[in-house]
Amino acid sequence: MDFNDTSEEAAFRAEARAWLEANAERLAPGEQPSGLEGRFDPEMVQKAKEWQRKKADAGWACITWPKEYGGRGASPIQAVIWNQEESRFKTPPNIFAIGQGMLGPTIMVHGTDEQKRRYLRPMLRGEEIWCQLFSEPAAGSDLAGLRTTAVRDGDDWIINGQKIWTTGAQYSKWGMILTRTDPNAEKHRGITYFIVDMESPGIEIRPIKQMNGMSSFNEVFFTDVRVPDKNRVGDVNDGWRCALTTLMNERHAIGAGSGGPDVRDLFFLARSVLWNGKPAIRDSGVRQRLAEFYVRAKGLQYTSYRTQTALSRGQTPGPESSIGKLVGAPLRQEMAAFAIELQGAAGALLDPSAPQEALWQMAYLGSPGLRLAGGTDEILRNIIAERVLGLPPEVRVDKEVPFKDLPTGPRS
Amino acid sequence: MNFDFSDDQKMLRENARAFLSKESPLTLCRQVLESDASYSQSLWQAVAGQGWQGTAIPETYGGAGFGRLDLAVLAEELGRALAPIPFSSTVYLAAEALLVAGTEEQKKRYLPPVARGECIATVAHGEAGADGALRTSFTKGRVRGQKAPVPDGDVADIALVSAKSGREVGLVIVELAVPEVTRQKLQSIDPSRSLASLSFQRAPGEWLGGRPCGWQTIEHIFDRAAVLYAFEQLGGAQRAFEITREYLLHRYAFGRPIGSFQALKHRMADWYVELELARSNCYYGAWALSNEAPELPVAACGARVSAAAAFELASKEMIQMHGGMGFTWEHDAHLFYRRARWLGSVLGSAPLWREKLVARLEAQQA
Repeated sequence: MDFNDTSEEAAFRAEARAWLEANAERLAPGEQPSGLEGRFDPEMVQKAKEWQRKKADAGWACITWPKEYGGRGASPIQAVIWNQEESRFKTPPNIFAIGQGMLGPTIMVHGTDEQKRRYLRPMLRGEEIWCQLFSEPAAGSDLAGLRTTAVRDGDDWIINGQKIWTTGAQYSKWGMILTRTDPNAEKHRGITYFIVDMESPGIEIRPIKQMNGMSSFNEVFFTDVRVPDKNRVGDVNDGWRCALTTLMNERHAIGAGSGGPDVRDLFFLARSVLWNGKPAIRDSGVRQRLAEFYVRAKGLQYTSYRTQTALSRGQTPGPESSIGKLVGAPLRQEMAAFAIELQGAAGALLDPSAPQEALWQMAYLGSPGLRLAGGTDEILRNIIAERVLGLPPEVRVDKEVPFKDLPTGPRS
Repeated sequence: MNFDFSDDQKMLRENARAFLSKESPLTLCRQVLESDASYSQSLWQAVAGQGWQGTAIPETYGGAGFGRLDLAVLAEELGRALAPIPFSSTVYLAAEALLVAGTEEQKKRYLPPVARGECIATVAHGEAGADGALRTSFTKGRVRGQKAPVPDGDVADIALVSAKSGREVGLVIVELAVPEVTRQKLQSIDPSRSLASLSFQRAPGEWLGGRPCGWQTIEHIFDRAAVLYAFEQLGGAQRAFEITREYLLHRYAFGRPIGSFQALKHRMADWYVELELARSNCYYGAWALSNEAPELPVAACGARVSAAAAFELASKEMIQMHGGMGFTWEHDAHLFYRRARWLGSVLGSAPLWREKLVARLEAQQA
């Protein structure tokens, strides 16, 4: 038992690090990598594209992709090592992850040869950015309840409806969209998957202002948007099966969410704020809570070491990887709440004069989103209960009923 | 990254599980719990036949000379089985203390019989009155004082007794079958694991290591034991979880398996998560212990706090999800409920270890 690389892993790490040293600048100690944080200025997009092209030219883009699509057929543990190394350098935020991590792999499995030839290389090189058009106002956790329609019209399909929570829609060239194509079929059997040109007429993109004031997502409205049939991924009405490929890859891509304050910042705060003239950390109640947070955060970190070990031994990550977000997101929220309590009345400030420049207040306002995005806490519990523990599914009332006959509740 | 047990250790686990499912079914734990016996002598001897007591004792002292990772594997399995034997006191506490701080002569005298299963040993530290003050004294080769509760104190052949001598503290090796030691078995919350009060009236002894070893060494001995205790707790928690999962699959109510209700599924998912976090913290503790790493003091706290919480949760949820049957004497759930509390108490409860954790993290930053 140790935390060391195997000799192959060490060699790979050295190779990755050497290239990064030659092509990027190291982060200073304590410096945070730049996150997305809802700032989508064209300059940032340009920089991200340049960095991606540089990586692609040197063979460091989408390293787990097969060689025929421009990757290097790297193993999952090599991807972990690359990400660890790259995160130590100043690089633009990764605005390609949804395409490269989820949609590209879906095209590889379910796409036509023409689609693979046309889309995968530009996706890998960052020349074209992709977004995922899955969730709808009435179809989130129950994704298969989606209502955006696609109706055949000669060689085209015509799409009408609304998608929501679309990251990066503003700067994406392509989207992958799930549509309802047979409302008379059972809900999972009437869905078709398309690639849609985000510059098509009839698409309107509106940023969503979140409760923390930032805008990381969009609503996307479709009004008579034409998509050629050659952009269909998989068979007509077989979109759900293809979507599962995307979702499986999403689970691997979304972790606890890096960046933001951690348990070290919490200890720092507890040492620096005063309670009755003494640092809060002198209080025994505070110490008990600090210990609990520490043990939980470390438990999560060591769990990721166990996952990496499994990868290193050639195993593929399973549904148990849901633990990362299910623990990490509520932990962030609870630590933020406690940090704000430690500050006393100053906890009410969202002002640079608040301790640690209101870092924890920002984390508190942002953390509810972490518990919802990419699978809510509740959905993750279902995944663990059903796929890891083998407990039976809930009784379903939406099976073997035509989609159009499902009860929907009051519609406004 | 190689943060897992080796294939050999996994093989050891499989063999240990097979052995214990035969030699230490839950009915054995119940037998001891319902009788006047303090432990199962037959299981103790069977385990000795496997050489388990000597797992981490070097061959020079009659052991097998394996490492702490192997011992951790066995601890988890003994925890799963709720094995009713004085293994933790003898092996995780006393044998480790002898190895860490004993003189060569002491190791040669005591470790071989421990390794053969012929000597039950324990550490006697806590004192009634529990204000944390150490009142037991050791002067002129004699121990005076009272210790309670001492795990397995009623059946132990030797005890390492914490005592002060002037301003110094250390552990005194006392052979307990002498007229100067009075023992009284105390009722235990888990009668399958015994507790006793030991009274020393000028009982003869000698310093472990020949001189007072000091608080730091005593703490180190507890840290080492905490990791191994944590694996027993983890094993117990895991077994309770598995039994409950089976029940949820086969118990029907309202026309369907109760495991299909989200009210229970979500709790099972949360429980699974707590187990996994505890397992990861335990592994880190095992890594630190087996490598004599400077991270041990913090790692031991993490393992202890996390595993104690996981076993407590497990034993509570096991009863709750079994419904009324879970509250009967006849059902095994209370064996877990009792063992969780016993293991969670004897080495100091979770709040104490949380406090230690923060103190140690602060010391690192200083």
